[in-house]
Amino acid sequence: MTCEEAEVLLHALIDGELDAGHAREVESHIADCAHCSALLGDYREMSKAVAGADLRYAAPPELRRRIEAALPQPKQTPNRRSVLRGFALGSAVSAMAATGLVAIVLRNDDETRIESEVVSAHLRSLQAGHLTDVISTDQHTVKPWFNGKLDVSPPVIDLTAQGFTLIGGRLDYVDARAIGAVVYRRRAHVINLFVAQTASTEHHAARITTLQGFNIRRWSDRGLNYWAVSDLGADELAEFGDKFDAAMKANTEG
Amino acid sequence: MPVNGPDDNPQKARRFREAALPYLDDAYTLARYLLRDKADAEDAVQECYLRAFKHFDSYRGPAMKPWLFAILRNVCRAEYARRASTPTSAIEDAPESAEATPLWHEAQETPEAQLVRRFDGDTIRRLIAALAEPFRETFVLRELQNLSYREIADVAEVPVGTVMSRLARARAMLRSAWLAEQEQPK
Repeated sequence: MTCEEAEVLLHALIDGELDAGHAREVESHIADCAHCSALLGDYREMSKAVAGADLRYAAPPELRRRIEAALPQPKQTPNRRSVLRGFALGSAVSAMAATGLVAIVLRNDDETRIESEVVSAHLRSLQAGHLTDVISTDQHTVKPWFNGKLDVSPPVIDLTAQGFTLIGGRLDYVDARAIGAVVYRRRAHVINLFVAQTASTEHHAARITTLQGFNIRRWSDRGLNYWAVSDLGADELAEFGDKFDAAMKANTEG
Repeated sequence: MPVNGPDDNPQKARRFREAALPYLDDAYTLARYLLRDKADAEDAVQECYLRAFKHFDSYRGPAMKPWLFAILRNVCRAEYARRASTPTSAIEDAPESAEATPLWHEAQETPEAQLVRRFDGDTIRRLIAALAEPFRETFVLRELQNLSYREIADVAEVPVGTVMSRLARARAMLRSAWLAEQEQPK
């Protein structure tokens, strides 16, 4: 084998792409050739340096969000138009029900506005230095921090063991008033859990909607409204909500 | 902008997310090295995923990663063409003839038996980024993405023999640049 051939084939040797016969030929050439042997040593050293240095790039969260937003979303909630169309088609709808329906439509509009505000608050929080006012993975540090800053005391639950790391808390403004945000992280994904007081004490089951590529899990419990916002998939956000509910239940019962 | 079509459905989108999104960092890394520009890389990766989603119904293989890379590479080539038509931002890569130069003409000029030193990540990135286009592409697919020669050949639409010679040239050029960098007074 000549040096010219070996200089090409030794790369295939490094990469484990040579069959046994050719590998033997290249190796026997290298054993007798100081030039090719030195090259092989250099290339191996370079490959090690390349593998050892972190030369990869992580996709920016904004890019992930843009791609997510461009894909069809898993669950489409009926929009206002389809609710009204349903109303127009239902000839047997009584006047009473019709009034109720209008109330539902209006309330949906109001909720949509607030949902778009919590998404904006979530986006603001992702800008550098805006995520947390108090940084702690300890629920007993985060919870007292909210005291005196809000008219409610948002539940702060450490879900690290369940796969959602508590990273801190923040004051935010939604619907023209101060609101508590408890911040969690799952892998590279941030979850903002917004908590606000509500006049109603009834329990509203969780509902997941998608807005601007973000998933929002919305529910009410014991006089508090919750919005969990994240670029996590709907399934993982639902998991977050379930873990949170279970921990809340355990807290109040225990 | 949402992609719409008669066959779009949530199940398809869900399957696509699960299959393709885990490779987002890989695709972004490749785009960064191919285009050497952050904003262009982001646009290319987004375009790649939208195209991939459109053709996801007809996807039967190969493995997801090389399949995405082949699409991404076509997107990047369109970007090269766009840059080439813009005089102010023409790419400075080696002409076609560079590849025709026999390997040993360079290899024998390179210094012998010098131990290569370790560099930090930024320096290595810069050295890789300075490689001419087909060699940089082959090198990144092999060393950073761990594709086999066969997979690289499929992505770049060239015979395996061409992959071997490009990789040999890429490493020879990188070694020369590497040794030159070591000569630089600090």
